[in-house]
Amino acid sequence: MPEQVLWGMEVFLNGLMAGVLYALVALGFVLIFKASGIFNFSQGVMALFAALTLVGIMEGQVPFSHLINAALGTDVHHFGWHVPAFAAILLTMGVMVLLAWAVNQFIFRHLVGQEPIILFMATIGLAYFLEGFGDIMWGSDIKKLDVGLPQGINGMIDEVTYNIFGYGFFIDNLDIWATVIAALLVIVLTIYSQYSKQGRALRAVADDHQAALSVGISLKFIWVLVWSIAGFVALVAGIMWGTKSGVQFSLSLIALKALPVLMLGGFTSIPGAIVGGLIIGVGEKLFEFLVGSMIGGATENWFAYVLALIFLVFRPQGLFGEKIIERV
Amino acid sequence: MFYREAGDFKTSYKDDNQTFPIKFDRYRYYAVLLFGFAVVPFLIDDYWVNAIFMPFLIYAIAAIGLNILVGYCGQVSLGTGGFMAVGAYAVYKLMTAFPDVNIFFHVIIAGAITAIVGLLFGLPSLRIKGFYLAVATLAAQFFLVWLFNRVPWFYNYSASGQISAPERTVFGVPVTGAETSAWATYLFCLVFVFLSAIVARNLTRGSVGRKWMAIRDMDIAAEIIGVNPLKAKLSAFAISSFFIGISGALFFAVYLGAVEVGEAFGINKSFLVLFMVIIGGLGSIFGSFAGAAFLVLLPVLLKNTLVGGLGWPTDLAAHLEFMIVGGLIITFLVAEPHGLAQLWRVAKQKLRLWPFPH
Repeated sequence: MPEQVLWGMEVFLNGLMAGVLYALVALGFVLIFKASGIFNFSQGVMALFAALTLVGIMEGQVPFSHLINAALGTDVHHFGWHVPAFAAILLTMGVMVLLAWAVNQFIFRHLVGQEPIILFMATIGLAYFLEGFGDIMWGSDIKKLDVGLPQGINGMIDEVTYNIFGYGFFIDNLDIWATVIAALLVIVLTIYSQYSKQGRALRAVADDHQAALSVGISLKFIWVLVWSIAGFVALVAGIMWGTKSGVQFSLSLIALKALPVLMLGGFTSIPGAIVGGLIIGVGEKLFEFLVGSMIGGATENWFAYVLALIFLVFRPQGLFGEKIIERV
Repeated sequence: MFYREAGDFKTSYKDDNQTFPIKFDRYRYYAVLLFGFAVVPFLIDDYWVNAIFMPFLIYAIAAIGLNILVGYCGQVSLGTGGFMAVGAYAVYKLMTAFPDVNIFFHVIIAGAITAIVGLLFGLPSLRIKGFYLAVATLAAQFFLVWLFNRVPWFYNYSASGQISAPERTVFGVPVTGAETSAWATYLFCLVFVFLSAIVARNLTRGSVGRKWMAIRDMDIAAEIIGVNPLKAKLSAFAISSFFIGISGALFFAVYLGAVEVGEAFGINKSFLVLFMVIIGGLGSIFGSFAGAAFLVLLPVLLKNTLVGGLGWPTDLAAHLEFMIVGGLIITFLVAEPHGLAQLWRVAKQKLRLWPFPH
């Protein structure tokens, strides 16, 4: 087989893996959008915040140490202990639940019934706030996150493909783990929303707020629940991306990558987020590989958007989105 | 007491249809204009112009443009940064290609070029609606910035990839380049702001504006009563982009002087202008000014108090600024979702009866 084709296949596989990570972020968007009609731009920053908190707890950093030092003239940085990864993840999850509660208590409870654009702007405001808050709380330097996930080239795939094609594929162990975890996450979420009491309530709210309210479902509880689940998804995405490329500001930009995924898959569909993520991941990697070098490179910045845009012209509600029916 | 229509008699249709029908309002408007054109230029120095007035004026034009699209026609756009970049690069190419033509016309033509680009990216709006459209306009943002970064023709093959404005004059007074004086650049921008506001105001209260508003309120119903959605949506995109292009051209040529596209016209700029429109008030020209003033003044104030007043390190202050801006935006949306323009309306209503509330 010619080398070009083999490289193409490798790029394709890596694109699939990247797509899974995009899908992970898009999943958080879909959950909140379905349950409350809020287009949550802050999902990416939530992932950053979760990762920052996780690192901070694991390393035993003193929260707000910068602020304390500046205001009181002290010099504190670390508590001097290390928390094991598992306990730190649980603690971070607690912080995300607290955040979910605060977001609903202080913002969205007051904005019920407002136009979607106002809600959207509020989430952008929230994104700004969280970004500043996370940096002040934990410091803005680039941090390394290591919760014990394996990294580096997967030897088995390398060997097997070498034996078949005479060329070993480079697939990162972390990407494989991310794929497995994402798949598990989707399965768990599906089972939870199909078979548990809260899950049914959640779907009822997504279907019709008022009807759900009238049969005795507490909207307040469901919204906190949904934001907590989105916080959990953000935490998982934050761990994956943070392990891959360090916990830093650019982590919050993955939210921008998740947007075309959403468009492609439809804002209201969980399978759509997965399939959209895979298409975008593979599409942009292949485009960069085949065409990118001819027109100046770095096409990954915009290719996903243009692809989604062209796609949407033919199917305005995305692949799996609910059909948009308009009445006067 | 103020803003009273009693005793202000109209004897012709022309009088009845003027922009400011209330006499007090009209004179207040003339007073503001007089102050802006004849008093401010004598009072300001470089710091005031560069830190406050210039960004305020330029963002006000961008906010007017975006307000036409989002507030009047209901098409949410996140591509403002990209369209500003089109204006900036268009004016740069024009300035270097036709050095003899007055820069005033360059800026206008740059606006027109941006209008054409905006028209192109507005085409999908006929099929795509709501948030799908908002995300689709991000395609314009990222694609345009990438284009200006990667195609050397746009930055005249300069080694740094930056564009920098050569010196150009109006009536013999330099307004771009290194040797500008504060009052000249201020007046140059103010003229554009003045013209933009008048044009926008009259467009939005005329037939075109009513069509936009019909499309905003419900596009299918508008189509049924005879508004052509193709024309209405595309004209909104074109005119909005025209203003945004002008503001981008001024932002580059007069305000910054030299620009690196990803830094100056990134996605944050799109959000900033959208914030201005929303905080100022959707569907209000005055709101565009109020929102621009608010978001230009806020960081300056915060920086002065935190770094200048309390002596905190700048990076901490920068993070705190993010937090405060985000928090304020949320507070604002919770307290008054219709923006500063609504507060202004309420104040006017109160002033009408003040000090006798019955």
